[in-house]
Amino acid sequence: MNIVVCIKQVPKSDNIQLDEQTGKIKRDGVEAVLNHCDEYAIEEAVRLKEKLPAKVIAVTMGPPSAQSILREAISRGADEGFLLSDKAFGGADVLATAYTLSQGIKTICSANIIICGKESSDGETSQVAPALAHFLNVACVPFVNKIDSIDSSAIKLERVFENGYAVIESTLPVLISVTKDINIPRIASLKGKMNAKKAEIKTLDISAINADENRTGLTGSPTRVANMFSAGNAHPVSCEKLTGDAKSMAKSLVEKLSAAGII
Amino acid sequence: MDKKLYKGVLIFAEQKNSNIEKISYELLNIGRQLADKLSADLSAVVLGKNIKNKSQELISRGCDKVYVYDNAVLENFQQDIYTNILSELVEKQKPEIFLIGATYTGCSFAPQLAAKLNTGLTAHVSSLEVDETTKNLKQIRPAFGKTLMVNIITPQHRPQISTVKSNIFKPAVIVENRKGEIIECTANYENILNRAKFVKFVKSEIIETDISDAEIVVAGGRGVGTAKGFELLKEFAALIGAKVGASRPPVDCGLIPHSYQIGQTGKSISPKIYIACAISGQIHHTIGIGNPDIIVAINKDPDCPMMQRATYALQVDMYEIIPAIMMEINKKNVLG
Amino acid sequence: MSMDYMLSEEELMMVETARTIAAEKIKPIRRQYDEEEIFPWNIVKEFAQADLCGVYIPESYGGFGKGIMGLVLVVEELCKVDGGIALALASTALGALPILIAGTEEQKKKYLPNIASGKHLAAFGLTEASAGSDATAIMTTAIKDGDYYILNGTKHFITNGGEAQVYTVFAKTNPDKGARGISGFIIEKGTPGFEFGKKESKMGIRASATRELIFNNCKIHKDQLLGKEGHGLLVVQATLDKSRPGVAAQALGIAAGALEEAVIYARKRVQFNQPISSFQGIQHILADMATEVEAARALLYSCTRMIDSGKSKRTSKESAMSKYYCSEVAMRVTTNAVQVLGGYGYCKDYPVEKMMRDAKITTLYEGTSQIQKNEIALNLIKESAARNK
Repeated sequence: MNIVVCIKQVPKSDNIQLDEQTGKIKRDGVEAVLNHCDEYAIEEAVRLKEKLPAKVIAVTMGPPSAQSILREAISRGADEGFLLSDKAFGGADVLATAYTLSQGIKTICSANIIICGKESSDGETSQVAPALAHFLNVACVPFVNKIDSIDSSAIKLERVFENGYAVIESTLPVLISVTKDINIPRIASLKGKMNAKKAEIKTLDISAINADENRTGLTGSPTRVANMFSAGNAHPVSCEKLTGDAKSMAKSLVEKLSAAGII
Repeated sequence: MDKKLYKGVLIFAEQKNSNIEKISYELLNIGRQLADKLSADLSAVVLGKNIKNKSQELISRGCDKVYVYDNAVLENFQQDIYTNILSELVEKQKPEIFLIGATYTGCSFAPQLAAKLNTGLTAHVSSLEVDETTKNLKQIRPAFGKTLMVNIITPQHRPQISTVKSNIFKPAVIVENRKGEIIECTANYENILNRAKFVKFVKSEIIETDISDAEIVVAGGRGVGTAKGFELLKEFAALIGAKVGASRPPVDCGLIPHSYQIGQTGKSISPKIYIACAISGQIHHTIGIGNPDIIVAINKDPDCPMMQRATYALQVDMYEIIPAIMMEINKKNVLG
Repeated sequence: MSMDYMLSEEELMMVETARTIAAEKIKPIRRQYDEEEIFPWNIVKEFAQADLCGVYIPESYGGFGKGIMGLVLVVEELCKVDGGIALALASTALGALPILIAGTEEQKKKYLPNIASGKHLAAFGLTEASAGSDATAIMTTAIKDGDYYILNGTKHFITNGGEAQVYTVFAKTNPDKGARGISGFIIEKGTPGFEFGKKESKMGIRASATRELIFNNCKIHKDQLLGKEGHGLLVVQATLDKSRPGVAAQALGIAAGALEEAVIYARKRVQFNQPISSFQGIQHILADMATEVEAARALLYSCTRMIDSGKSKRTSKESAMSKYYCSEVAMRVTTNAVQVLGGYGYCKDYPVEKMMRDAKITTLYEGTSQIQKNEIALNLIKESAARNK
């Protein structure tokens, strides 16, 4: 069985900056790391591999430097890493990203399960996975927080809604996106890190994945950033600093809240 | 593609247990505004079981046309069925704009639908405006960079699809005797593709502590530090009739489940009173707190954004002040 | 930043792995585990899964094969965040080293892979109520009975006691022969006649378990004898030569952690309208702390490289120096960290009071500072006597 994990390199969350010209995230000189949610996707893939005979293949689209996150995926238990990298992939939105990933995955293997993290920390929220399912023409179950059982042809899982979860039975191949409640990702082991150091990361460009250049990158993206502006405070409020020791602060706060009819 | 063929605004009216969800009325509110600007119709599509009788309320709340798919197979959300029915409808009706709630359901099918229709999708939008000449929808959502909002357009593709955050727009109000057209639609339910099948729904206790509609929310951030700290917040919340939430860092540390998370990647709330304990107040978090009448910030760092924004700022350790506040309230309760 | 000690890529890998576990898994729970005296089984699982349990065990027994240096680097890094939780791993090394040093091939194959994988913890049982610094005073006996030894007696203050599966225990096989009548045994938890006493409530390292091992006609097969009969104290000495750097690493880690906390606090704390780090009185305290920490590290790493090189038969003096110096530095540095943080440092909201409590044990166990000085002086005199007849 082939399990493909789609991962993404993102700027480290505490120093993200936008390029005001392009509206894209500045990636030069910013420390890039594995997207946090993707750690859960890798972990779930590796846990599946521990249950049934499977190969875990990590795939990312990004600049050449993104091979570091593929190595990290290997250190966390993935078997192989593929980097989809080409100038023509740059500036992609959800649609173009999903198309490009789908072409890459089709080139790499016949995937039985495709796992994505719930969202990336640097941009679109939870959107690539279902779009990717369309291009791969596979079943899709987003927001999975538990895999109940799996065999060679079917999978039973639980997916989140606002007020509970639904049990879903799906045929394979299937694409799922996983929430952070699905597992606690392991910390890369020393042996995993040794494997990652030795691993060969294969890079695929636009011709290797047989992609249509009109459908990748900025050219293939229907959405555009028109402009950006400062969010500021929609409703500036007068800020009162309460002073004194804890007891007197507590007293004056309780007075204020009860005057407002809250307590 | 010929953009001129696309007209009007369509919203996805989400239902659960054959009841229309509040987000649908919020979409009707903003959808009506956009449709009026475009001098076009506002339509809604609803999929469900025994849902036809709920269509009139959509009209009362501002809809001109309601497309109703009423069938047992639509009772619960199923990815393939919903995506296929909606893509057929959109291809036929060709709306200029299609608004979907950024709920778990909406976020599940919207990207697949947009890909199928080969058009753009903007996720988790918090503000919408339309340019009357180009008819381009300005889809505004927060972007990284702490205080930046980004305006996204879909210039060459139609429909323009957005998922819209809950609790951003007020629900459209009912106008008695408002008229509209209810169009009963059907699909080939027998043979429709359905690879990921719904089996059953389980209400979850954790998720039931839903904070979206709470009037008072007490939330903890990075500085809470321990799971015990959240126990303290829960005690405090119970005392004042509030619900507990969290910013992202303690959720990432596993101190509290993700269902408590407020902000860009969590829930949106709209409380009257928001009490932020050890939360610095980055935009990712504050985007989700709505516009409370009163914000109380408790933080050791006087310079953090939450302390600047608060109605009442208390520069103090939460472990010190919360027991003190609880004691004051108890004293008051005994006396008064 | 510490100085550049030319650590290899694999050594840096171990440091980074330990740092990640310390930051992500240990830091959020350290206060609770200390206050509630919780044994860190959850964290042991993390150590195991990340291959940290076997860093010092040869690859042929399932370890990562990075010697005492591997152990020292991992323990130091973990102890920067918590000096107690790391003991589950560090004290297992103390319990496993006698097997590595004196075990037969069968014993090594039987016990070391499970210890390397983290499936089993180990413990070292020498100390008794009346035999602390004077190991020859132990009263536990192991009397031969055919193919078996019958053990009777009680071991005191045994770290990992009750939690570990594998115990290396020292007892008198020939009470008449004094230091030469002591032998080592490998004893597994669950052996009939082997029970545990109460868990001690301690000043520091409270997330570690310290219990009595109680032997009451405990029957041990002679295959469990560790090394030759009567050679027990030799095994103990060879073990301590290799394990004391582990204690030194614990002390160094605690000191480095306290230094870091003190510098951060000094930069942020404002008094008299300026950060207290701008006052020379504070700067000089921080400078002394940093210099002592770096000197301790240099001494410890040099000693550890010497042990791993295998060129010297004994490293008693160097190991004692490392342990003595690092533990005394830990006590001074943590005390000063509390001083820099003032009243806040004395409160449990900040980690330095715990670091000070945790540091104290390092000047006590595996030989007090005074015993280390005896060892150093004894070797100094022996070496001189050998050079100048």
